[in-house]
Amino acid sequence: MDPLILSRMQFGANISFHILFPTITIALGWVLLFFKLRYNATGDSAWIRAYFTWVKVFALSFAMGVVTGVTMSFQFGTNWPGYMEKVGNIAGPLLAYEILTAFFLEAAFLGIMLFGFRRVSNRIHTLATVLVAGGTTVSAFWIIALNSWMQTPAGFEIRDGVAHAVDWWAIVFNPSMPYRLTHMLLASGLTVSFLIAGLSALRYLKGDRSESMWKALRTGVFTAAILIPIQIFAGDQHGLNTLEHQPQKIAAMEANWNTGPNVPLVLFALPDEAAKENRFEIAIPDGASLVLRHSTSGVVPGLNDYPGNHPPVFPVFWGFRIMVGTGILMLIVSWSAAFFLKRRHSLPKPLALLMVPMGLSGWLATLAGWYTTEIGRQPWLVTGVLKTADAVGPVAGSHVALTLAIYLILYALLLIAYLGVLVHLALKAAKDGDSSPLPGVMKTAMSQPAAGE
Amino acid sequence: MSFDWPTALPLIFAGLMGLAILIYVILDGFDLGIGILFAAAEDAEQDTMIAAIGPFWDANETWLVLAVGLLLVAFPMAHGVILTALYIPVFVLLIGLILRGVAFDFRAKVPTERKHRWNRIFFLGSLIASLAQGYMLGVYVLGLDVGFGGMAFGVLVAFCLAAAYAAMGAAWVIYKTEGDLQKKAVRWLRTALVLTALGMAAVSLATPFASLRIFDKWFVWPAMLYLSPLPILSAILFLWLWRQTFHLPKPDDRHSLTPFLTLAAIFALGFAGLAWSFYPFVVPDRLTIWQAASAPESLAIILAGTVVVLPVIIFYSFYAYRVFGGKATDLTYD
Repeated sequence: MDPLILSRMQFGANISFHILFPTITIALGWVLLFFKLRYNATGDSAWIRAYFTWVKVFALSFAMGVVTGVTMSFQFGTNWPGYMEKVGNIAGPLLAYEILTAFFLEAAFLGIMLFGFRRVSNRIHTLATVLVAGGTTVSAFWIIALNSWMQTPAGFEIRDGVAHAVDWWAIVFNPSMPYRLTHMLLASGLTVSFLIAGLSALRYLKGDRSESMWKALRTGVFTAAILIPIQIFAGDQHGLNTLEHQPQKIAAMEANWNTGPNVPLVLFALPDEAAKENRFEIAIPDGASLVLRHSTSGVVPGLNDYPGNHPPVFPVFWGFRIMVGTGILMLIVSWSAAFFLKRRHSLPKPLALLMVPMGLSGWLATLAGWYTTEIGRQPWLVTGVLKTADAVGPVAGSHVALTLAIYLILYALLLIAYLGVLVHLALKAAKDGDSSPLPGVMKTAMSQPAAGE
Repeated sequence: MSFDWPTALPLIFAGLMGLAILIYVILDGFDLGIGILFAAAEDAEQDTMIAAIGPFWDANETWLVLAVGLLLVAFPMAHGVILTALYIPVFVLLIGLILRGVAFDFRAKVPTERKHRWNRIFFLGSLIASLAQGYMLGVYVLGLDVGFGGMAFGVLVAFCLAAAYAAMGAAWVIYKTEGDLQKKAVRWLRTALVLTALGMAAVSLATPFASLRIFDKWFVWPAMLYLSPLPILSAILFLWLWRQTFHLPKPDDRHSLTPFLTLAAIFALGFAGLAWSFYPFVVPDRLTIWQAASAPESLAIILAGTVVVLPVIIFYSFYAYRVFGGKATDLTYD
């Protein structure tokens, strides 16, 4: 097979596997801080139990994120040397600032956050939690800045065939960056709230009615119920921003073959790129014009305006639909659960059963969304500056194929192990309930706890 | 030569990258070494050994990300050439690091009956990562030669580096533990030192034959004279440390950090020797640091950040080590 497509598959596989874990840690850090602050304020041990249950998930997710992230930092060089050669002057400083301002901060204080509870004062432990949560978010800021710059590059000029920075402010806050960052941070918040709600629902189904379960369940459900409408609005704004700066991506997302007014909103179709038409199309008349231009006669860009310069239609079209569909399901489930928790103080069993698999709905929506936006950037690696095909390295296809196969097997096994541990931790917490042993929580530091304490 | 930024910046970044690699090798060296020593440890000892590195390993591995990051951002041309030439060894290294990193967490969270499996994966991951790093170093020293000679030399360096990491791991265990495990670690250190010495002797003998370029840089008068302290000092420290292993641990646990610091010094000396062998090339015989460097304005903005942030990083890293100072006890989340 072609090294280009294999390298794309490999990077796609790595980044897909990687993004699962930062998506969890970015928001989970703040949720942990919330648990910690509630505990500090109330002294209720159920909050700190919730903290200790979820800090283990955080630790495991963080480790998965680190090792897969290291893999990606090497793959820029092993598979895509043309990328740094062409835009290294822009991408380099953004990556360097991510490492310097975020990675070290997270990694150094993670140890204190995870294992330092009895070694430092309660205040320092809370501060460590703040710094770790802040570090994950700063990290998201830089990497989204770089990713957005690849989508909508700004603030640079090409000299001697290489991109040079002209205006760093314009580079970091490029046109799509604020929208993408908001959309991604909300996605992380939703992923975590559904994961917490899902695993708490599992505990609920196992008969666990402990205070720490209720606290986690309510936190997950209510956060999700609040964030999902905000996300739908933010996603819509992001879409309008894409329409302005990357119309060919919108054309592919809507599977709209011809530019014009009164474009229908396609709900279902099998886009056929060879015939340039949709098969088995089910559509709402004028829908896309209405959504994108707020008028039935609004002109929506079509793929015919971008011959040879638009992304593959099928994956972009379907990635978008899976993301939106999952979002709608999230809205229904989180609002129903919030209603029952608020009014009835209980969960109907079928709803709890549905919430368990919905625990992973954030992952599904995030991946589908990223496929939409990243495949939607093709055939460019950096829009208008560097084609993906021009960045691939000289490595033999067989090497890439072999390593890809091993990565895929490894990632599949790790994913199974990860989910297994999540379920194991939830069941263990369900069994222990509010009787899991807790150390006496002290205001002052204890330098060396006695062994076996 | 007058001072000008376009000349100075690549040099500064080469220095920073070298520093990041050296710190990585010393810090993650003991993590990986402890992973290798897992094979020789009992169950309970393994828990203590993990407790000795658990709070640190993440931050330690971050130095590798910084080193690769600096290579990537400061020398984008070299980054592509080196990493595409080392495609398979880099892949093996990454698999090793992935296994090692996740095993840390899984072994503590899976049901007890599965813990053994993750302990084995932790050992394998650490060993694979160490060997891969040594192999890459060997091939790199020979100018990315991937012929049979280069591969054989790479294998030699791989075993040497794995032994050196094991020595670092043992020295760290001596510092962080007490009692039987500490005594055991002294024996591990002695064995690892012998293996490291054998490896280093073989590498030293092979290098002049394998690379004429390096031979020419070392064995010319008067460079030979200026350089002679490097090997002589290393050898003295090495022998001294080996003799010390017969007197450790000392009463009241005095000097328990000394073996680790001595090894760190030996690593630093060896690293200085390597740096001399390569200067001014970043890809041996192909690209100098100036040919491979990014644009000065991009380097300048990274440097500005680095100058501000690096001292802060070093400060809070020390703080984290202090919080978990003293002998390792059970690691618990609560």
